[in-house]
Amino acid sequence: MQPGKGLLMIQFDTVHKRFPNGTTAVHDLTLEMPEGGVTVLVGSSGCGKTTTLRMINRMVDPTSGTIRVGGKDVLEQDAAELRRSIGYVIQQSGLFPHRTVVDNIATVPLLLGWGRRKARARAAELLETVGLSADTGKRYPHQLSGGQQQRVGVARALAADPPVLLMDEPFGAVDPVVRTQLQDELLRLQRELNKTIVFVTHDIDEAVRLGDRIAVFRTGGHLVQCAAPAELLARPADTFVADFLGAERGLKLLSLTTLAGVAKGPAPKGARWQLTLDPARKPLVWRDGESGTEIPVRPLRDTDSLLSALNESIAAPSGLVARVDADGVLTGVTSREDIHDRAGHVHSEASTVAA
Amino acid sequence: MSVDWSWIADHTDDLTALTLSHLQAALTAVLLGLLVSLPLAVVAHRVRRLRGLLLGLSNVLFTIPSIAVFVLLLPVSGLTRTTTVIGLTIYTLVVLLRNTVEGLDSVPAKTKEAAKAMGTRPLRTLLTVELPLALPVIMAGVRIATVMAISLVSVATYIGDGGLGQLFTDGFQRNFPTPVIVGVVLTLLLALVADALLVTLQYVLTPWTRRQKQGA
Repeated sequence: MQPGKGLLMIQFDTVHKRFPNGTTAVHDLTLEMPEGGVTVLVGSSGCGKTTTLRMINRMVDPTSGTIRVGGKDVLEQDAAELRRSIGYVIQQSGLFPHRTVVDNIATVPLLLGWGRRKARARAAELLETVGLSADTGKRYPHQLSGGQQQRVGVARALAADPPVLLMDEPFGAVDPVVRTQLQDELLRLQRELNKTIVFVTHDIDEAVRLGDRIAVFRTGGHLVQCAAPAELLARPADTFVADFLGAERGLKLLSLTTLAGVAKGPAPKGARWQLTLDPARKPLVWRDGESGTEIPVRPLRDTDSLLSALNESIAAPSGLVARVDADGVLTGVTSREDIHDRAGHVHSEASTVAA
Repeated sequence: MSVDWSWIADHTDDLTALTLSHLQAALTAVLLGLLVSLPLAVVAHRVRRLRGLLLGLSNVLFTIPSIAVFVLLLPVSGLTRTTTVIGLTIYTLVVLLRNTVEGLDSVPAKTKEAAKAMGTRPLRTLLTVELPLALPVIMAGVRIATVMAISLVSVATYIGDGGLGQLFTDGFQRNFPTPVIVGVVLTLLLALVADALLVTLQYVLTPWTRRQKQGA
């Protein structure tokens, strides 16, 4: 389950943060973040999740307790040098408006004294990594869309190839469609780069999508529960966590499971709703044999989630989900009942494992 | 009131010298003003308690009549170019200091935070992030200060300097309007040309503020 070598990259040991105005932002936090994993910090505003993140690169210093990155106490390192060794992505306007995209990305390499040519070459390479065209490099941040700016932000954080990446609500200011794209890109990048990522969000769906582990914080800086998404969704530690996960947490759990392994059979002959295929045997529509009405079909692959299968089983008039292979060719259909059975099974399995 | 063109033709060398001397006094004052107001502005920007004091002080200096400033400086630096330049510098401070402070204030907090989080130290952040981003507001101050200094140089005629201002006293004493008119025209031209050059300089220095897309 846990990616990477299982080493602990970031360790919080009884960390306390009280601000001069008397508010406690983080209360007695002990938390470990494994190398190569994505740890998502969630909670409502004022719960201390951002302060926790900012203590890792000393944007905030703890009142007491110890934070170690790669085994070394952060307070014993020069703050500026520590920050150069840790990638940092913030919401929206964190880019330098007076520097071109390439020069924005080259920020940390230049601070590390790489020299302009090498830093720019690295920046150009990263443009491609984050899915931006080469000519984007000459533009200024205000000439880009919100989504493009966020990609530049990620590229800038990756420039010096730091082992740790801190992301403070990086996708909070973009529209939902772009946000989903950026999340997918981050997951793709993470499969290639295997960074230790600490990600702050207040969006539980984002946390479930991205996190290998999710840490839920409560107002006053208390860590309530830290667990893998499936475990968190199936067995919330208390009513606070359960409420935070929301009434659909059972469905969210299904979003973590794929269709693979769910039984399928041949499309039934002679039923009222017939699945129409094109010559390449790719599903086209559900056709009503009596009235000729056609309803669109959304065929699913084995890698699609059980949640999308449940959705399609409700949307399809026959209650059948069309299954296809990677090329989109029909492999069979699955009934609403089979999907329900599987969903119930996933749920009870998650709730009882190692309880 | 007619212009005696032959007088102008006979005095081109003098006029050139006066114009250059005028310009030199004004530009030196603006440069000195910048040198003095930059560090003061950084202090005023960072230390909230000193901001009111520094801005207030520059306002008070501005309200001293210009002739009085020159008279007060006489015991210190005498009837020299130095007196002219110091006097003018004092006047440029009010705009330069205020605009530099406002320029620094206008830099978004998120941008400064990003610089810090990337591992930029404070001095480098000031020089490579804060000052460049404050430049449009600072340059607005430099333009006002330059035009103001160019028009004020003439006052220094009272202490035997004054660049083109000497043409005014000359024409007045001889009841001969031509030098006065030429002096006014040249001062205006100087101010216009200097302002145009500063606008161009700002355009060159702040490519990110231009609207159109960069060559794609």
